[in-house]
Amino acid sequence: MSLSRSDVENIAHLARLAITEAEATAYAGSLSRILGLVEQLDQADVSAIEPMAHPLAGQVQRLREDEVTSIDAHEKYQRNAARVEAGLYLVPKVIE
Amino acid sequence: MSELHTQTLSALAAGLKAKKFSSVELTRHFLNRIEKFNGELNAYITVTPDQALQQAAAADALLASGRGGPLAGLPLAHKDIFCTDGVLTTCGSKMLSNFVAPYDATVVNLLKQAGMVMLGKTNMDEFAMGSSNETSYFGAVKNPWNLNKVPGGSSGGSAAAVAARIAPAATGTDTGGSIRQPAALTSLTGIKPTYGRVSRYGMIAFASSLDQGGVMCLSAEDAALMLQAMSGFDPQDSTSVDTPVPDYTATLNQPLKGLKIGLLKEFFEQGLSPENAKPVRDALAVYEKLGAQLVEVSLPNLPLSVPTYYVVAPAECSSNLSRFDGVRFGYRCEAPRDLLDLYKRSRSEGFGSEVKRRIMTGTYVLSAGYYDAYYLRAQKVRRLITDDFANAFKQVDVLMGPTSPTPAFDIGAKVDDPVTMYLNDIYTIGANLAGLPAMSIPCGFLDELPVGLQIIGGHFAEAKLLNVAHMYQQATDWHKRIPTRYA
Repeated sequence: MSLSRSDVENIAHLARLAITEAEATAYAGSLSRILGLVEQLDQADVSAIEPMAHPLAGQVQRLREDEVTSIDAHEKYQRNAARVEAGLYLVPKVIE
Repeated sequence: MSELHTQTLSALAAGLKAKKFSSVELTRHFLNRIEKFNGELNAYITVTPDQALQQAAAADALLASGRGGPLAGLPLAHKDIFCTDGVLTTCGSKMLSNFVAPYDATVVNLLKQAGMVMLGKTNMDEFAMGSSNETSYFGAVKNPWNLNKVPGGSSGGSAAAVAARIAPAATGTDTGGSIRQPAALTSLTGIKPTYGRVSRYGMIAFASSLDQGGVMCLSAEDAALMLQAMSGFDPQDSTSVDTPVPDYTATLNQPLKGLKIGLLKEFFEQGLSPENAKPVRDALAVYEKLGAQLVEVSLPNLPLSVPTYYVVAPAECSSNLSRFDGVRFGYRCEAPRDLLDLYKRSRSEGFGSEVKRRIMTGTYVLSAGYYDAYYLRAQKVRRLITDDFANAFKQVDVLMGPTSPTPAFDIGAKVDDPVTMYLNDIYTIGANLAGLPAMSIPCGFLDELPVGLQIIGGHFAEAKLLNVAHMYQQATDWHKRIPTRYA
């Protein structure tokens, strides 16, 4: 599988990354080599195999009581935000 | 007190208890060494001397009252992937270069409760994506055994800090070998526990079905002490396993007579030179003398570990790293035109090139039309590999082989080709895919560079691994070697 520069530009858009043309060309090369490595997976016969998402068999997601377990610490958390006002995160205008 | 830094945690703990020195003196000794050597090694991103001395004074008070546990007053360093309340937590990235964690990771909290003293936060590959510690926004880390060589990665700062004795022990994380490979390349004892054994809460996520925290230190005994304090069920981590933690130190000295060791046929056949295999084979001969029996085992799907990993890990990474959007935390670009521009430029300027490569790989293998061919297929091969391990553990108690295909390589040697870099993890990735506990212990040298022996166990067999490693360390002294410059 070989990726073109425009394939990479499309992937970058999906991943919300801005890349230059030169970067797209370079990534097309390295991503194609990675996909070449990954093609080894075609050797395996997986016709009757269930996909495995979790390394420990039989683990189930636990449930807990529906009660408040954390305290309101938004002021502390928002200290790491670039722009905050009145307890809200600020972003560029999204509604015209 | 010049010899303090050459001692294991166990020996230092005995010294504290016997009042030969205080935790404040011990902490000062390590802080002085950090001041002296960190410039050339680049092992720490952040050093926290004031906080360390306060914690040391508190530990001294605890020890004086006779209430200190086995780790009280002992210094350590945390990989900068673990959140530390009020302390910069960068994950080796420009993206988090201004992030002050608002809470402690469970691992950090447990070791704090045990009375350990944090010296600082160690350098690492950006978001733990790398095998050489060259992808860090804060620069490459140097290998204390040869400053022109890489220390391995991604826990390269932790490895260099302990190997140069500017920390007596450190935490690490291992998604595809990031504890074991750097431990091998710097002559340390490193353990990655079973998936779910150590809480991932507050450990910045890379690939959530593979990530596991662990220890890098000077002996199996030290690893047992620290792992004891770090392990256990945590309701804050939804994949934490609620299984009792055995007493890891109680079984360290069990004789190995009758132990069945499986030699991983594929490991010795794939990418391992005879010179590099020799220290590993010598170690196996030591185990035979200790009464163990060597059996060759084959895991036919194991050679597919690397391609499987480089689908599964990037897929999970692309999902996990979507949280970095320039809004709630992390780097934000200047003067965004609109929301899309804010996302795209913040991420492009905040992430380094290897992280972007993995995000894009993951985005591609999860995208419509390619999901079945890549991601689903990789998840199926992951099961084949896991089943191979399960079959092997029906015949043998532990598996052994090399940790890394070569000793430490030159800084810069592999940065231009990601696939060559990825193949460094050829022996370590299998244990992550199967969620198995695995260790690397020092077993010799090649061209004056350390070589590691890898030991892999069944799920929750940490006590057995530590016992097997400890008995080897009672019979050999590779783990006591110190780079001359840092002795």
